[in-house]
Amino acid sequence: MTHTAPASVRDDALDAAAPAVRLRAERLTLGYGERAVVHDLDLDIPDGSVTAVIGPNGCGKSTLLRAFGRLMKPRGGRVLLDGTPLHTLPTRAVAATVGLLPQSPVAPEGLTVADLVARGRHPHQSWYRRWSAHDEEVVERALRATGTFELAERTLDELSGGQRQRAWIAMALAQDTELLLLDEPTNHLDLAHQIEVLDLVRELHQDTGRTVVLVLHDLSLAARYADRLVAMREGRIAASGPPAQVLTEELLGEVFGLRARVRHDEETGAPLVVPLSRHQRTAAP
Amino acid sequence: MSRVPGRTPVRVGPVSAVWRPRTVLVPLAMAAALFAAIVAGSGRGDFPLSPQEVVTALFGGGDSAARLVVWELRLPRSVVGALVGASLGLAGAILQGIARNPLASPDILGITAGAGVGAVSVIVFGGAYGSVSGPLADIGVPGAAIAGALLASLAVYLLAVRRGLSGYRVLLVGVGVNAALTSVLSWLLIKADIVDAGRALIWLNGSLNAANWDIAAPAGWALVLLLPAALLLSFQFGALAFDEDTARGLGVRMTGSRVALLVTAVLLAATATAAAGPIAFVALACPQLALRLLRTGHPPLLASMLLGAAVTVWADVLGRTAFGDVELPVGILTAALGAPYLLYLLVRSGKART
Repeated sequence: MTHTAPASVRDDALDAAAPAVRLRAERLTLGYGERAVVHDLDLDIPDGSVTAVIGPNGCGKSTLLRAFGRLMKPRGGRVLLDGTPLHTLPTRAVAATVGLLPQSPVAPEGLTVADLVARGRHPHQSWYRRWSAHDEEVVERALRATGTFELAERTLDELSGGQRQRAWIAMALAQDTELLLLDEPTNHLDLAHQIEVLDLVRELHQDTGRTVVLVLHDLSLAARYADRLVAMREGRIAASGPPAQVLTEELLGEVFGLRARVRHDEETGAPLVVPLSRHQRTAAP
Repeated sequence: MSRVPGRTPVRVGPVSAVWRPRTVLVPLAMAAALFAAIVAGSGRGDFPLSPQEVVTALFGGGDSAARLVVWELRLPRSVVGALVGASLGLAGAILQGIARNPLASPDILGITAGAGVGAVSVIVFGGAYGSVSGPLADIGVPGAAIAGALLASLAVYLLAVRRGLSGYRVLLVGVGVNAALTSVLSWLLIKADIVDAGRALIWLNGSLNAANWDIAAPAGWALVLLLPAALLLSFQFGALAFDEDTARGLGVRMTGSRVALLVTAVLLAATATAAAGPIAFVALACPQLALRLLRTGHPPLLASMLLGAAVTVWADVLGRTAFGDVELPVGILTAALGAPYLLYLLVRSGKART
């Protein structure tokens, strides 16, 4: 591959200040059965960024995330992890680099929180090395970081929704991957628990420089917690960039078919979405 | 010292695991129950021996008559029972582990019925009055049972497993294959002459009456070869117990590891059924009982295996001695014990979903 070296050297020189791209989708087309869900999509996930993917139901957000986690084979185009096509890498090698928390994960009955989180170590273990000192250390850290250490010996079905979600995030953390893909980690949580989970994600990013991609429904929260928003509509990217650039009243109309005002948080300057109700819409000129 | 509550480590060199007293003590208790069953089984009969005499004879002591009775007449029966029960328990644990469904077992997936069709075909078409002749004689009843089991599982695999093993589809396809094979069995039995049909029925009830060392050997070899394979492959079990996406996210190669485990389970169930006929419910109930005793997230392999062996040998001892002059085949007893348990599982899973 020496003949490509000059080109990549030139690229590096040009983008010296920009962080390396960890995950890249190139002309990515994804689908289930006959139906294509994501069309010809190009997207870069830079190292150390927190990217939130937003969009209406069925726009292909989760599908894109599954392709990034190698749970789906591209129908066209490809996904590159650090420059290598994802589907050519061994499953375990991917699992040691990219952690994924699906939207509604299912655990076997009667599993304790400690056992759940410990299973995050699976890609780093082998049939004879099942609980090394390092495993133990990482699992303890994951339990403490998510505030689930005190719940360690309880079974999952004894926990509240918020606690359970934190336990699952702890498992994803115990996988100790540089990239973390979270599919609606705040699903089914009340607002306080949503904030708790997102604060945790933000801290992880700040403390360990992890690259995070998450699918979120709440636009204001997405704008507040992500460095970058990717707005998707019908399997294509409608807009991407810093939250303040992406979250505009025009975009909300175009992507979500939503009439809303975008205000700005007095403290952080982050955009806040205030949807208009039907009577406001008819009253407006 | 444990840094994570409930997960005390044991580490020797590069080998490490979590110390769980239950996963050691419960299997030990099961092994003791198995030994007790073998001793009880070897003592009962027309020439009764006390447990002490049996144990002495087992270790090569005592008088030669006792040694002959124990080693040549009664022990083969217990050993075949233990091997068959162990294989069925292990096969059930593997199937339930990869299907994430407590109902997955060779009985329900049609594997046992496939073995039945194979064996009964040889009995019915092979020859009259107990003598098997012609080309079918070369295959023999055990060989035909194994071939039938493999063909039935291939059918289930092609119809359902290829598109994912979890959920009820595999079970429903298994039930369908099972029903089709059962109708073939009925047809074979109607077609057969009365003596052959009688022999086929005895085989179909699962019995250790014919047990001898020649039957024990293949079942033993199968277990010796397949157990290490199952234990090595079972490393994936912890991750396989999750939903598909989570398991794959943890780096499990779903298709490869599942197919390897599936083949192991089918071979175990097939050799066990070839040795003693279909012994109902051992493969279904033992892994679930072991799971509850050990409190693991998935059916434990070693414990399911030991429990399967202990249950089968005890069922045989009871069937042989507890009903006076009537000797019940072991399969009838395990079915009588297992059916209520199956109903309990069905009622319970129905509750969990509503």
